[in-house]
Amino acid sequence: MDTEILARIQFAFTVSFHYIYPPMSIGLGLIIVIMEGLYLRSGNKIYEQMTRFWIRIFALIFGIGVATGIVMEFEFGTNWATYSKYVGDIFGSALAAEGIFAFALESGFLGILLFGWNRVSPKVHFFSTLMVWLGSMFSAVWIVVANSWQQTPAGYHIVGEGMNARAEITDFWAMVFNPSSIDRLSHVWIGSFLAGAFLVMSVNAWYILKKRHLEIAKPSFKIALVIAIAASLAQLFTGHQSAEGVANNQPAKLAALEGHFDSLAVADMYLLGWVDKEQQKVSGLGIPGGLSFLIHQDFVTPVRGLNSFPVNERPSQVNAVFQFYHLMVAIGMLLILLSIIAAWMWRKGRLFETQWLMKAFVWAVILPQIANQAGWFAAEMGRQPWVVYGLLRTSDAFSRTVTANQVLFSLILFTLVYLVLLVLFLYLLTQKIQHGPDVHGHSEDSSVHSRRENPLMSKK
Amino acid sequence: MFLGIDYTTWWFLVFGAVITGYAILDGFDLGAGALHLFLKKEESRRIALNAIGPVWDGNEVWLVIGGGALFAGFPIAYAAIFSAFYVPFMIFIVGLIYRAVAIEFRSKETGKWWRASWDFIYFFACTTVTLSLGLMLGNIALGIPLDVNREFAGNWLDFFNPFSLLVAVTTLALFMMHGAIFLTMKTENRLFAKLTLLAKNFTIFFVISFTLTTLYTLLYVPHLSDQIRSKPVLFFLPMIMVLAVANIPRQLTKGHYRAAFISSAVTIATLLLTVAIEVFPYLVYSPNNPANSVTITNGAASSKTMELLLLIALIGTPLVGLYTAFVFWTFKGKVKLDDMSY
Repeated sequence: MDTEILARIQFAFTVSFHYIYPPMSIGLGLIIVIMEGLYLRSGNKIYEQMTRFWIRIFALIFGIGVATGIVMEFEFGTNWATYSKYVGDIFGSALAAEGIFAFALESGFLGILLFGWNRVSPKVHFFSTLMVWLGSMFSAVWIVVANSWQQTPAGYHIVGEGMNARAEITDFWAMVFNPSSIDRLSHVWIGSFLAGAFLVMSVNAWYILKKRHLEIAKPSFKIALVIAIAASLAQLFTGHQSAEGVANNQPAKLAALEGHFDSLAVADMYLLGWVDKEQQKVSGLGIPGGLSFLIHQDFVTPVRGLNSFPVNERPSQVNAVFQFYHLMVAIGMLLILLSIIAAWMWRKGRLFETQWLMKAFVWAVILPQIANQAGWFAAEMGRQPWVVYGLLRTSDAFSRTVTANQVLFSLILFTLVYLVLLVLFLYLLTQKIQHGPDVHGHSEDSSVHSRRENPLMSKK
Repeated sequence: MFLGIDYTTWWFLVFGAVITGYAILDGFDLGAGALHLFLKKEESRRIALNAIGPVWDGNEVWLVIGGGALFAGFPIAYAAIFSAFYVPFMIFIVGLIYRAVAIEFRSKETGKWWRASWDFIYFFACTTVTLSLGLMLGNIALGIPLDVNREFAGNWLDFFNPFSLLVAVTTLALFMMHGAIFLTMKTENRLFAKLTLLAKNFTIFFVISFTLTTLYTLLYVPHLSDQIRSKPVLFFLPMIMVLAVANIPRQLTKGHYRAAFISSAVTIATLLLTVAIEVFPYLVYSPNNPANSVTITNGAASSKTMELLLLIALIGTPLVGLYTAFVFWTFKGKVKLDDMSY
């Protein structure tokens, strides 16, 4: 295998592995903010216990997210040197802003979130939790802006030629608010809320099935369920916005998403199917003219197909793009369905007694994870053969001075390291879940309202 | 231009300040990790881990900011450096990952075997990270062969040259000294006494390796002392450094561990400043063909981006300073283990 394909595999592998964690941090962060906010308002010990329990899980997830995230920042330089030179002017400023505004914020306050429980007042602790969560939200802003610029470049001009060509900023805000930034950012945020909400529901559904920690598990589940209902429905909207954006800005990607080849034909929208690239045909179940309707609001107008693009300007892995995209959409629908059934059962007062539903939620934790990954695969593979859409080819972007053997070495290294990390993560997560929330043993203080040993508070 | 200095030079100063901040802050974390196995008792090790527990992650962010600062301000240098240092950098990164997970995972189980394994991994990761950092710094000081496209034109095995290896060992000694001094601020009683002794020993280790490196530099890498030779006024830098190092054992003996810590931070800062002055205006000096070198001018981003970056730094830095200070203030004083500790 050559350096290019190895570098692509390595980037895909390391970024996919990384992306297991940040969405959970963002989603779980929101839920912890709500839990701690409820504790602050009511002083109810139940909320304190659930907050502390989820902070411990958060620490684990956040830790691996940070460790695997640093790899990403430097991988642009190590494996994509030409790309780095080309986009440094643009991508770099987003990354610098991310570092200083987002990472510094979350990592700074993380110390207080994790270890400051007895050192600062509850209000300051809540403020720290909020800052960590906001930091994680901001980090999504900058990285999605940078990636969106790769999908829909704006606010730049090209300087130099050939191997020395590079993009330079002309308008910062046009670069930040490039045509796809907002749609994709909201889609990523909400995907993250879903990842967090389904994690919390999964663990608590398991407690409920096992009849453990019920007094904490039930309210925790409900908090997460409210988020899940709102987020899964909102995702329908942001997903639609994103699809429209792709239709306007990246027609080749849109055609690949639905496996649409013929520009003179009405375009269908599939629920599931299989793309035969040779026959240029999709066999599957779908809405005839659905894609035409999405774009033109009628079922008869043709949509520009893959054939209208030169072979070297359209994605080659059409079926993969199609499958990842449809997997994401299908899971999105499933998440809505699950959330609505749960809401219905809640209203009827049978939410926690419905065994099959609780069992479904235990396993459903994996669904937003798959959807998040599949969505990114569709977005990134659909952008090919470009690394910066229409400007820089992936095949021109990698580090020429790094040999295939070096990349193979690091790929093997990362595979081994990440495998160990994943096993340890799952093991420790299971341990923490088995252990459950601490019902605090300070027996003299069994009143509903907790008082923490707190130097700042007790001075009064 | 601002105060008679152009924007790219300002950004070089910002980048230098961030890297110095990283070396001072993560330097004590890494140093504490590298000396971890010198602490024998379980409780001592836990105290040492919890001393850096609330801050190491924030400290590591300085590296992320430094990487972003280089990527944004000097993309040509970023591309050249990291693709050239491919293998040592991958080892560095894996070391950082294992440092992070070792801190996080060690406390999650109480088994003896579990903890001993993570202790070793933690020590090994911190040592590897420090050595590879020093190795890369040594090679940057020495220069890296580049081709006309300003891309690496050498063999990565050449990174393991005597000068860079000496710099690597010196960095390790420096961080171990720095880490030990940091821990003296965080510990009490017997552990405190032990760390005071270790700090003094590591200071000796540092002085020896630093002297060797300096001698080697003067004999075999004369271009690294050009600036100081030509501008005698710059002699104050090594002077400050020598005074700062000499001040460390003195302050430790007097029990002024915070002054000792400031001294070792000053040592790190002056060392990096000296390297920066000698290397300037090169970011990557190409010894085989100096015309191919990346300088702060030919490696810089557009002036528009430079203005933007300085604005971001101007807004961001006071904020970061503010909450970093708040976090350090919150966790000031001796470590007390509680139920949220590692």
